[in-house]
Amino acid sequence: MQESRHEAAQRAELPATTVVARFQIGCLRYLDQAGDALQPLPQFAAGPETLTRMYQALVLARAFDAKAIALQRTGKIGTYAAALGQEAVGVGTAFAMGAEDVLFPSYRESAAMLVRGVTMEELLLYWAGDERGSNFSGPRADFPICVPVASQAPHAAGAAYAFKLRGERRVAVCVLGDGATSKGDFYEAINFAGVHALPVVFVINNNGWAISVPLRLQTAAQTLAQKAIAAGVEGLQVDGNDVIAVRDAVERAAAKARSGGGPTLIEALTYRLGDHTTADDATRYRDPEEVKAQWRFEPIARLRAYLSGRGWWDKEREEALHGQCAERIQKALDAFEAMPPPGPEAMFDHLYASLPKALQAQRARAIEEHRRRG
Amino acid sequence: MAEVNLVQAINMALAHEMARDPDVIVLGEDVGANGGVFRATVDLQRRFGLERVLDTPLAEGLIAGAAVGMAAQGLKPVAEIQFTGFIHACLDQIINHAARLRHRTRGRLTCPMVLRSTCGAGIHAPEHHSESPEAIFAHVPGVRVVIPSSPLRAYGLLLAAIRDPDPVVFLEPTRLYRLFKQEVPDDGEALPLDACFVEREGRDVTLVSWGASLREALAAAQALSAEGIAAEVIDVATLKILDMDTILESVAKTGRCVIVHEAPRCAGFGAEIAANLAEHGLLALFAPVQRVTGYDVVTPLARLEQEFMPGTARVVDAVHRAMEYR
Ligand SMILES: Cc1ncc(C[n+]2csc(CCOP(=O)(O)OP(=O)(O)O)c2C)c(N)n1
Repeated sequence: MQESRHEAAQRAELPATTVVARFQIGCLRYLDQAGDALQPLPQFAAGPETLTRMYQALVLARAFDAKAIALQRTGKIGTYAAALGQEAVGVGTAFAMGAEDVLFPSYRESAAMLVRGVTMEELLLYWAGDERGSNFSGPRADFPICVPVASQAPHAAGAAYAFKLRGERRVAVCVLGDGATSKGDFYEAINFAGVHALPVVFVINNNGWAISVPLRLQTAAQTLAQKAIAAGVEGLQVDGNDVIAVRDAVERAAAKARSGGGPTLIEALTYRLGDHTTADDATRYRDPEEVKAQWRFEPIARLRAYLSGRGWWDKEREEALHGQCAERIQKALDAFEAMPPPGPEAMFDHLYASLPKALQAQRARAIEEHRRRG
Repeated sequence: MAEVNLVQAINMALAHEMARDPDVIVLGEDVGANGGVFRATVDLQRRFGLERVLDTPLAEGLIAGAAVGMAAQGLKPVAEIQFTGFIHACLDQIINHAARLRHRTRGRLTCPMVLRSTCGAGIHAPEHHSESPEAIFAHVPGVRVVIPSSPLRAYGLLLAAIRDPDPVVFLEPTRLYRLFKQEVPDDGEALPLDACFVEREGRDVTLVSWGASLREALAAAQALSAEGIAAEVIDVATLKILDMDTILESVAKTGRCVIVHEAPRCAGFGAEIAANLAEHGLLALFAPVQRVTGYDVVTPLARLEQEFMPGTARVVDAVHRAMEYR
């Protein structure tokens, strides 16, 4: 057996210090805050085609979030987590993915899920407390919304292991928050991904806050991307309010993963402009001035400025787009509201592949109770 | 005297004990400036400072594990885990470490910590927020498991939990947080742990419950009294260490027992009580022990949670079944 580096070091004179490496974390950005290009844009942004589609996805995501909040306020759905100001992370990530790739979202990724093809009715059902919302008509292989923070990271690593084992050129894409990088699940997942050079991309949606806890109480590290270094994984930052940069970074990471280059950890720098969820009141712990200042960087106006500057967008199209979004959302809402509620048997019917006999009596009981209640 | 709800009673107990004992520290996610996601720790950071009311990084394993280390150094950490579904990340620390430290070191090191969390359904919460994990902890030797059923009990039992020299898992029924108010004197009087409370006396049947389900047990007792059935209602309060004597005494009088809990039935804590009755109270029983519980399913999302939770009608039914035996 070959001598390990550790054993070799044991034999040799012990050095007083070892310079392991020096580290730098790159940060990718294409558009400045006024929407002017800072450097040549990637290929997909060369014409209006793709960029306007991405813009539409951003606007739709924001409109959907606003509607969901309104529905929560009137009691039609439960607690909802909006992504106001962070839409570019979800949209950029989802546009970078292939249909055969698999998304592992947190609860704040409606934007990415909508781009992937999850329907608005399904999202509304889920947030209204109905399991049918996680039975996506498509994309069938994507994971459901993950509520326990960071627990989707090991799933993504495991799925990536399966892709690699089977020689499939697919990529697992895991989206997490900044708070999630404090969990063991996160470290354990990136470590495993590094060991096996797995085709997985971790996208940290760093919005500065984990409910009331600011990033400085979450970590003393200068960046979150550098957490990749200890795992032997590439880490980089990206302007999370620049949808072009997000898409480009994730696309490159995915291409690398597909060709056997292993995992990447991308820290997308953004900001949560709204409350954590509809159950939260951020004014309790956050200075409104800080929020006001951050509005200058939000992603939608930035891309709109770029598109308008090139003559690819105008007021008329903007108005038409808002009309289309409202119409689509209303249609989804109507379909959602027309859906009859699940019966009590729904608690049992997907618990096991076939319902064990011992549970059949409980199922019958639940139906009977339901009937008695009227 | 102020009327307070259950979450305010928790806050009162924490504030009382922090003022009395400088070793008490509160830690968890959002417990500081935000005052906890349910406001149980509201104002504590302002009153007792950043070092005694500590917003931790988002890591439940760390919260429980760090509490073990703090407790072993003589602090009295009261750690908050926001929701039931996230307490499972603490199981390794609670089961393998908190519960065993005294035993492993033959009493050299001890672990006087409290792990507070929520439990139970009924508030239309998101996924992983509504489970009832009490039986998981009650299975572990070396810890105590306490579940209050009212503001008064919450105040007195939490004081007792903080003062207890051993680790206590303190589960607060989310459904009760703001359901009703009671007068709770802030007198620093702890209630006993390891003791059941007889909530209402009766001679025909014993209803045994804890936490939020006690509401349905009491409502059932009320409904049954109209039929001339006098139900005795027992609040178990401390599941571990279980005070079986009080339950046996009651069943010796009534001859019938109905156990009500929201957690799934299989290997639920009701099974422990029923087994004890079979071992030690069989000859007093006129009827088989009945259990009214959640079904053996994943706690459903909001739309079906009412179907899952055992309601008053199911308790009344179970009592009727028990009364058929003469
Ligand atoms: C394991 C776990 N602990 C606690 C919670 C409760 N909780 C929900 S969201 C949240 C903050 C998450 O912050 P971050 O990871 O930064 O994501 P963000 O919500 O900001 O997108 C907390 C503490 C949870 N869902 N999961």
